[in-house]
Amino acid sequence: MTLADTTAPDLSSAANTAPVLRVDDLHVHFRIPGGVMRAVDGVSFDLRRGETLGLVGESGSGKTMTSLALLRLLETPPAQIDGKAVMFEGRDLLRLPEREMTDLRGSRLSMVFQEPMTSLNPIMTIGRQIDEPLVRHLGLTAAAARARTHELLGLVGIPRPAQAATVYPHQLSGGMRQRAMIAIALACRPSVLVADEPTTALDVTIQAQILELLEQLQQEMGTAILLITHDLAVIAETAHRVAVMYAGRIVETGPVAALFAAPLHPYTEGLLRSIPRVVRTPAAELPEIPGFVPAPGTLPAGCAFAPRCAYADAACHGTRPALQPALSDREVACWKPRHG
Amino acid sequence: MSSAARAGVMRRFTRHHLALFGGVTVVLLCLSALLAPAIAPRDPLLLDTSVRFLLPFASWTFPLGTDELGRDTLSRLLYGGQISLTVGLVAMATTVVTGSVIGLLAGYLGGWTDTLLMRFVDTMLCFPQVFLLLVVAAFIPPTLISISLIIGLTSWMEVARIVRSEILHLKEQDFIQAARALGAGKTRIMFQELLPNIVAPLLVAATLKVAAAVLMESYISYLGYGVQPPLASWGNMLTNAQGYFDTVPWLAILPGVMITLTVMGFNFLGDGLRDALDPRLRMESRPANAPTLRTRRLACLEQNDSASRAGKRWLVAWRRR
Repeated sequence: MTLADTTAPDLSSAANTAPVLRVDDLHVHFRIPGGVMRAVDGVSFDLRRGETLGLVGESGSGKTMTSLALLRLLETPPAQIDGKAVMFEGRDLLRLPEREMTDLRGSRLSMVFQEPMTSLNPIMTIGRQIDEPLVRHLGLTAAAARARTHELLGLVGIPRPAQAATVYPHQLSGGMRQRAMIAIALACRPSVLVADEPTTALDVTIQAQILELLEQLQQEMGTAILLITHDLAVIAETAHRVAVMYAGRIVETGPVAALFAAPLHPYTEGLLRSIPRVVRTPAAELPEIPGFVPAPGTLPAGCAFAPRCAYADAACHGTRPALQPALSDREVACWKPRHG
Repeated sequence: MSSAARAGVMRRFTRHHLALFGGVTVVLLCLSALLAPAIAPRDPLLLDTSVRFLLPFASWTFPLGTDELGRDTLSRLLYGGQISLTVGLVAMATTVVTGSVIGLLAGYLGGWTDTLLMRFVDTMLCFPQVFLLLVVAAFIPPTLISISLIIGLTSWMEVARIVRSEILHLKEQDFIQAARALGAGKTRIMFQELLPNIVAPLLVAATLKVAAAVLMESYISYLGYGVQPPLASWGNMLTNAQGYFDTVPWLAILPGVMITLTVMGFNFLGDGLRDALDPRLRMESRPANAPTLRTRRLACLEQNDSASRAGKRWLVAWRRR
């Protein structure tokens, strides 16, 4: 698949529809001895129906925290979730009573985890684990739920669904387990699916299959996917739009093709440059971004990326840039954007 | 559990000879207690002063002899088994239910609930169990059920601790997080996701608790607070026998052997179950000098079973094997 293909044909129409999920200024803080750790520091984004938004960043950039905060899966305390609003289907998730939140999880708002090996209950059959949300959220009878389970197992490409429903997780391969996990997550046809590194634990051929499956199911169900990954290749394959996170903030967003072709933020540029490529000439040393992601407790006053940035000047170190519109349909938080 | 895994558990269990022995003993004891009305040669309460203190194996009418009132010892042992095993099983059920609910709440909910519940456990553990038992037994009229409940309600603490520690470990696992993300509530997670995952350690604790409860029943019956005469239990048979111990020792030896067999049977069974069910043993790479589950269990037993001399003796013998 080439980059050009990744801008799905329905993107222009999707752009016109109202977002199903609108995250506005989300913060996740942890109180630590001697201060506050800002794991997520003012993240905002929209997710439209049928769209895949890739949330990309290094380990510790706050992408997983963002997703867990969305579903309110963080223990509070120690975590503290704040923000203007997280609007989902007309409701503000940040202010929803826990009871209603529980009803929403797994039905309208679902999640796929990174580790298919450990995300399934080891002593419950696959079938029962898929039945559960169906019975709980849709109120199906056991028999109806099982029939739907077989259908779902077929849908996610597990051969002989009726038999597969009776096996235990350890009897399935990693790829099959992730398919089962996807079947559970999509059982109630959620309008938003959060996929946190859904392919990281799988080997490359299986990765491609799982991504293809997600894409295909998305087209059938119109689910919006928030795809969290550190793997730019995964983003290029599946996402329509991408948001790059750095040190708890989004530094750049935009359509995948445009962003990959001409990154605006020096950090995005660095990320793209550090992807190994297959080239004929003996490869020069792989460029890297010097330095490390600052620890969340020790953010500089200015742009968080400034200490590692080749283009930074006094302004960058002095004040923090806000996320601002740049070019068409793109945003960047940088004083000296590239290609700007 | 898949058929393959089940076969594996069975194989590990039957390879464990002592466990197999324990299992067979337990089954035989339960059968003999259940079938007591059918196989007992006489009414266990029937007095016949013309045949007092008959020796065992001396006559066909009284295969194991008679006691000081001429009652048939074999029949009394069989009926006494009904009482002792009932107390053991009911007390075990009480212990397991109370212990796992408290352990589950403390472990999963954490925070204040955990602190309060575990301090309560500590408080309960402060009192020596026998002392607690005797105090309560002195106020509550001893019936089969009340004795079982008293034993059960004074011995659930270790189960609560075992369950809590298992839950603390389990609740951090991805599939619990996943269950939450898919809309499972607290109750659901505790009783449908977590509890079934600790069945193995619970089963082991349960068998060991039966043994402990049988001992405990003998103990308080021996002290006169338990099952009241003329009803036979192994414990009060021992009490009756102590007056004649120098002249007719078999009256004490026979119920003693039954108690020992039961305790041993359940302990071996529990031990075997633990070895067979423990998933950690399924992993091949265990360091040779790592503490085995058996040594861990011995350590537990040593702490818990201060009341049981017989248990201790078996412990020593067991360790020397």
